[in-house]
Amino acid sequence: MSRRIIKDKVAKIVVCLFSGLTVIPLAAIIWELVKKGYHQINWDFFTKVAPNTLDAMLAQRSGQIIPGGIANGITGTLIMVVMAALLAVPCGLFAGVYLSEKPHTGFSKAVSFLTDLLQGVPSIILGIIAYAWVVKPMGSYSAIAGSIALFIMMLPLIVRSTEETMKMLPSNLKESALALGSSYRSVILKVLLPSSFGGLFTGILLAISRVMGETAPLMFTALGSMQVNWDVTAPTNAIPLLIWQFYNDPNLVGMIWASSLFIMILILILNITASRVARKWKIR
Amino acid sequence: MENKIIENTVLKFEHVSVSYVPGKNAVDDINADVKEHAITAIMGPSGCGKSTLLRAINRMHELYKGITVSGHILLKGEDIMEMNPMQVRCKAGMVFQRPNPFPTMSVYDNVLAGYKLNGIKLKKSQKDEIVESCLRDVGLWKEVKESLNKKGTFLSGGQQQRLCIARAIALKPEILLMDEPTSALDPIATNKIEQLALELKKIFSIIIVTHNIAQAARISDMSMFMYLGELIEYEKTKIMFTNPKDKRTEDYLNGQFG
Repeated sequence: MSRRIIKDKVAKIVVCLFSGLTVIPLAAIIWELVKKGYHQINWDFFTKVAPNTLDAMLAQRSGQIIPGGIANGITGTLIMVVMAALLAVPCGLFAGVYLSEKPHTGFSKAVSFLTDLLQGVPSIILGIIAYAWVVKPMGSYSAIAGSIALFIMMLPLIVRSTEETMKMLPSNLKESALALGSSYRSVILKVLLPSSFGGLFTGILLAISRVMGETAPLMFTALGSMQVNWDVTAPTNAIPLLIWQFYNDPNLVGMIWASSLFIMILILILNITASRVARKWKIR
Repeated sequence: MENKIIENTVLKFEHVSVSYVPGKNAVDDINADVKEHAITAIMGPSGCGKSTLLRAINRMHELYKGITVSGHILLKGEDIMEMNPMQVRCKAGMVFQRPNPFPTMSVYDNVLAGYKLNGIKLKKSQKDEIVESCLRDVGLWKEVKESLNKKGTFLSGGQQQRLCIARAIALKPEILLMDEPTSALDPIATNKIEQLALELKKIFSIIIVTHNIAQAARISDMSMFMYLGELIEYEKTKIMFTNPKDKRTEDYLNGQFG
């Protein structure tokens, strides 16, 4: 074999090796979570709340799994993520459309820069801000406060993904719509936004999956609750918050793995759906 | 083919200049009368300003900053610069270089896109009628009547382009602007579009920008030759191709440059 072919082979092996290495952490995480968490997952896990520390201890002593589950976390995460998305999606879409349509104005440059900064703000700071802005004035920890923190976190993600998606649309699409004598507004609403649906939806799903696993912004805002709570003005739990609380209770540590496995699967499903949607609705 | 040219003017250019950079005209002082029910070809080498001139007619330049259009363009005697740009674009339909049906809309909705986007409400029967007659006009009805609800982007390139023409003529424009409509198509599809243009000129007036000298010779009644932003020659196609007055026109038609 000539030197060139050997070099080529070596390069190929090295590239494959390192690509393989990136898969290892994810595979290892999933394996670990499944191994330690699967036996906790049953119907009760989704419909009941965690037991108190004594019951958990007694159950474990007698060789059973910890009774109960994370229903309070599931409902709380659902409520807060939905509320955050309801706020962030319209704001983010409009801002993103504006940035892609008028990229050269001073205002849009400023918005773009600030969006980048906002994306870099540590999530715990968003939690503290929401505490100061919402929890303090309202006098109570609440799902509203938690969703405000998550909303601020989602916003730059959706703005950016909307902007990028809209910029990727072929420019002749806009021209051909305007050439039919339509107004700018209807071109955006009836042609550009529907055409970029796949990208927009993917961006929203990814933003949701990103904030779904956040703990820090919820610690000072939603606080947590051991009951299933539908009242948005009362303290509410969330799955990642529960994981943190289980960690602080030696008798409930067993619940950590099942909760982690569940949220991990949820986020993986969102991500897989997102990439499917992106592929299916891709505009040529 | 002997084409009878009806000597009515549909469009009049009066001292039309377009500049992308201040002080430098990409299209320089064009004066010409475009005849009704004729195909007028605008020819010239790349960068001579033929598309720029065409896009001045439906005021597409206003979408971009820094482009200035001066002079007057009269559409049926009315100065388009004094009309609402949206109204101008309804009266001057445009077909683009690449077929670009709206990807989210069905074949049916693509034909009606002009109405939908302008918020014009139609009865179902009116819609069906417009869709069928426009698709018949572009020779697409037989090919797509079974798949009106499929997305327009599933059609072949040539079919897509004919769909785009149907979309443009659905609004019953005074004039149809075609910006190199066949440059992305194969010879068979090109031929269909050319035949279609010959049919459509009975109803509409057509201005077609083309790179393809042979195409201009095949289908146009009148030809403009542009070079470096100037209108060098504007003549009946037959006369221009057999007896060009200007040396540059002759060189271009002989393939000396371009």
